[in-house]
Amino acid sequence: MNNFSYLQATKAKEATGAKRDDKSSAFIAGGTTLIDLMKLNVENHDQLIDVNMLPFKGIEQSNDGLRIGALERMSDVGEHKLIVEQYPAISQSLLLAASAQLRNMASIGGNILQRTRCPYFRDTAFPCNKREPGTGCPAKEGDNRNLAILGTSDACIATSYPGDLSVALIALDAVLTLENAKGKQRRVPISEFYRLPGKTPHIENTLEADELIVAVTVPKAEHARKSLYMKVRDRASYAYALTSAAVGLDVQGGTIRSARVALGGVGAQPWRSKEAEQMLVGKPANESTFRAAAAAAVRGAQPYEHNAFKIEMVQNTLVRALTEVAAKG
Amino acid sequence: METNFFEPTLPPVNAVGKPMDRVDGRAKVMGAARYSAEYPVNGLVHGVLKTSDIAKGKITNIDTAAAAKEPGVISILTYQNIPKPAKVPSTLKEEKKWQAAQSYLPMQDAEIHYAGEPVALVVADTLERATQAAALIKVSYQVEKPIDSYHDPKADLFDPQKIQNGKTDGHKVRGNPETAYASAPVKHEATYVHAINHHNPMEPAATTAVWEGSDRLTVYESTQNITMSQGSLANLLGIPRDQIRIITHHLGGGFGCKGSFWPHTILTVLAARAVNRPLRLVLTRPQMYTSVGHREDQEQTLKIGATQEGKLVSMIHEKKSTTSPWDNYAESNSKVVNMLYACPNFSARYELARANVMTSVWMRAPGEAPGSFALESSMDDLAHQLNMDPLQFRLLNYADKDYSDNEKPWSSKSLKECYARGAELFGWSKRNPKPGQTRRGKKLVGMGMATATYPVHSSQGTARVRLFADGHAVVQSGATDLGTGTWTVMTQVGADALGLPPEKVRFELGDTRLPTAPGSGGSQAAGTVSSSIMAAAEDLWKKVIDMAVGDKKSPLYKAKPTDVKVELGRMFLKKNPQKGETLVAALSRSGMTDIEGMAMGKYGSGYEEKHFAAAGGAAGSPEEPGGKNEKGEEKKPSGHSMHSFGAHFCEVEVDPDFGTIRVTRWVGVHGVGQVLNLKTATSQLYGGAIFGIGSALMEETFRDPNYARYTNHNLAEYHIPVNADIPDMKIEFVPEKDPYINALGVKGIGEIGIVGVAAAVANAVYNATGKRMRSLPMTPDKMLQALRTSA
Ligand SMILES: Cc1cc2nc3c(=O)[nH]c(=O)nc-3n(C[C@H](O)[C@H](O)[C@H](O)COP(=O)(O)OP(=O)(O)OC[C@H]3O[C@@H](n4cnc5c(N)ncnc54)[C@H](O)[C@@H]3O)c2cc1C
Ligand code: SF4
Repeated sequence: MNNFSYLQATKAKEATGAKRDDKSSAFIAGGTTLIDLMKLNVENHDQLIDVNMLPFKGIEQSNDGLRIGALERMSDVGEHKLIVEQYPAISQSLLLAASAQLRNMASIGGNILQRTRCPYFRDTAFPCNKREPGTGCPAKEGDNRNLAILGTSDACIATSYPGDLSVALIALDAVLTLENAKGKQRRVPISEFYRLPGKTPHIENTLEADELIVAVTVPKAEHARKSLYMKVRDRASYAYALTSAAVGLDVQGGTIRSARVALGGVGAQPWRSKEAEQMLVGKPANESTFRAAAAAAVRGAQPYEHNAFKIEMVQNTLVRALTEVAAKG
Repeated sequence: METNFFEPTLPPVNAVGKPMDRVDGRAKVMGAARYSAEYPVNGLVHGVLKTSDIAKGKITNIDTAAAAKEPGVISILTYQNIPKPAKVPSTLKEEKKWQAAQSYLPMQDAEIHYAGEPVALVVADTLERATQAAALIKVSYQVEKPIDSYHDPKADLFDPQKIQNGKTDGHKVRGNPETAYASAPVKHEATYVHAINHHNPMEPAATTAVWEGSDRLTVYESTQNITMSQGSLANLLGIPRDQIRIITHHLGGGFGCKGSFWPHTILTVLAARAVNRPLRLVLTRPQMYTSVGHREDQEQTLKIGATQEGKLVSMIHEKKSTTSPWDNYAESNSKVVNMLYACPNFSARYELARANVMTSVWMRAPGEAPGSFALESSMDDLAHQLNMDPLQFRLLNYADKDYSDNEKPWSSKSLKECYARGAELFGWSKRNPKPGQTRRGKKLVGMGMATATYPVHSSQGTARVRLFADGHAVVQSGATDLGTGTWTVMTQVGADALGLPPEKVRFELGDTRLPTAPGSGGSQAAGTVSSSIMAAAEDLWKKVIDMAVGDKKSPLYKAKPTDVKVELGRMFLKKNPQKGETLVAALSRSGMTDIEGMAMGKYGSGYEEKHFAAAGGAAGSPEEPGGKNEKGEEKKPSGHSMHSFGAHFCEVEVDPDFGTIRVTRWVGVHGVGQVLNLKTATSQLYGGAIFGIGSALMEETFRDPNYARYTNHNLAEYHIPVNADIPDMKIEFVPEKDPYINALGVKGIGEIGIVGVAAAVANAVYNATGKRMRSLPMTPDKMLQALRTSA
């Protein structure tokens, strides 16, 4: 880990104004992704800007819906009554993630910006297009068991976002509020925030170097209240998803009025499946509808040597999630 | 000496067996217990290894310019400037006195043989500075394509003749296995795959080397065997053993990876000499995957032939596995296959392939753990094939003697009791023998069982017992405590040997200045050290008896020493037990402040032979009186075969949509001789089962096929069980007395707990799903695939 300078910002402008570029400087919140990658020499910043003192806090419900400050901790958000009751998929995605210790440290903004667990990315002894553009992608012929089957490119097949929260957020149409060094705020739907790898897997999102995530808002909706996050993993707890599904359904009189579907563990980015949603809306809430939606969600999936199982597993995850959420009535 | 202290009976116990709290528990909880990297040493500096990115090739350049400029850097050692050992470790050709699992010592030349091999050792004033300097070293390589495993198409399989680096025969034939198999009416053949596993103790390996002059050295070392570390260093450095002191007071686990001598230790010692400062080196977690061995990737093919009635007639076992470029290491899987059941014909052979990996090493129940996975899975299959209950099938083939070892009788075997008690506790009778029939909600539920066993590895060691007239005692033996409870159980043994309450006994271990004990490995420490303490106590008893019979004030005055017996610290007349007094009472009258006993104790066959000889023909083993044979020579005992046995019962739930397998109930019942401490022993067996569940369901180190480099060398991606993976477990012991193995009838329990576990899980999965899982770990992807396959 390089020596770095450390600035504790108390005002947003102080933080954004100090930020130079993404390579040499970084914001630090909980540090659970950042410090890890710095110790591995994957990220080498010589300036850290601590944003924990910034007032990006609060979990409130307004007319627009839910607003979560970017510096709220995963555990606080996951256990918050409002979220447990009105946005269960968000709560579950947080509480099924990482470990209690990590959830206590990790922030919502940091979670959204967590980086891939592709083993080649995390070990500088290997080449990796995402870490060092142009060096190659050894994962394609190697340890790709937990990498993506949707939205990948020849350059990179990683689940660029390996976590859970953003899967729930993208399903529920969350919008990020960002603020730059000029103090200007903009709102970006999370569905437009992440970028597919294409030829530039090192560019993962549309955040500018001087921008901070201030807050996340999630519109109020019946399908948010009746939402669910389901996660399948190698061990019972403390593991990244092999596959996951965030779903929301508004069912009236047995017919699906609105549906939200996103998948985790399978996409090069958190994977909203409009294809699956289209197969659901207007249809009876039953297994054959869910199966058809699941089939639509994985159309075009491209597996590698060790991750073909995800094609079936993610469909079953989705069907199970939809079945359970529909059963809630 | 006519006194016969070696009657084939076991002494009474008092403190021994009780579920006493750990004597080191408080220190550990308070953070006061020192691990090897925690000793304060004046002038200490820190070393960090720089390891190889590549798995095969040659170093062409090491650029240390930037690293050397880092503040605090004291020295950067590479193959070009590190002091040479007095003796370079030998290869296979030479017998290895120094007990290194890997004969190759890195940093002697520019060649690279495996990824993660040390290429430089940076010494700096702080750990952080050394770490950063190591990161700044730029090593250039001429890269060659490595071989990653035995299944690499470029790998050549060969017959090593001997495995475990020459210690074990790689061929075994008993009877006529091929003919018997060919003519067997019932046949079963299957291949089992075991992934690479790493030990992953919580405490990483650490060495603190302190030179106290040019030929005196103290090393705080995280080792399971201080005597071995001392001997290896003496050999490599060319200085006498007594000039080298090894201290290991507490270990944060080891599971075998700290039971051998590894390169990082000698490199640290040599670097400390080069910088002339006390030096500490702690392996990082990723370095733990390439510095202290692993369980090798392997596959076993097992053929079993049986009669229509289900009697085994033949077993043929073959194993293929990966080894390093220099050493012929393979776990000896076939031993357990050979001995566990009554089967008249058997053969085993091994094949190895050299790859660019470090030498693998014993890991908890080496051989028995993977071997039992194959055997106990096949036994389950055969039971189904024969339409028999798997437990009945095992009873039908119950080995009433050791067929693998000259049909010797067992010294003790309580397996039938373990089966019966385990089945009762678990509710085995409720199992539906038809697979795939039981559901709980969406999940498929199944029950499985397997047999556990582990051998008594013959061993010996010494101990010293010092009793003070004030009724306190110090008991010493240079054992180690992996965290399993050696500190505690030996305190209990010392207490009973001298008849004192455990609070009045202090046990000391982990220092080569103490009498020599074997390492904590092969489940031999508890059996050997307890036996050594009892032998040392006998030495002390004799001295106190001699005092008492000469002391007018003693009730034993004028008694013949051979008529006096000692039990729980009290001396008394064999013929009139009323008449006697305690050791302490006699000692306190003597005017001496303390008295000392020291002796060697044995465990296993060595103990039995000694006992036989000491019995002088009078008793020997009951079946086999000693004395002279027809030719007038001293008879030797043919002896007993010595093993522990147990039974595991497991319930699983399998989610048919996701392929996830969760263990929902576990029962283990074991017969392990005298249990030294019910609490620590139960914990050991919980731990063994959990370790086994890990290897059954999730543990796998992935070695990239193109780079021969591990990809998941960290505890986030190398999954070991978390609490949520482990259900409530029931562990019980059946009472078992074994007077042949050692003074207290103690069998080791470090390893038996894992043996058979993976098979018990796989058998339960079969019962749940009708699918046979033969590749470990049984991850959801493999289960899902099996569920979709019709065969
Ligand atoms: C062992 C392990 C297991 C894990 N398992 C899971 C899991 O199962 N599911 C899951 O979802 N996650 C998991 N995680 C990831 C974890 O959730 C993230 O590390 C965490 O959410 C990151 O938050 P942080 O506050 O610590 O971010 P930091 O490490 O502080 O920051 C991460 C990145 O975000 C940037 N950043 C932080 N805050 C802001 C902001 N407000 N504006 C702009 N940029 C910002 C930082 O500059 C940095 O680049 C796991 C992590 C570990 C180490
Ligand atoms: S998948 Fe992406 S992150 Fe992984 S090695 Fe390839 S380029 Fe790097």
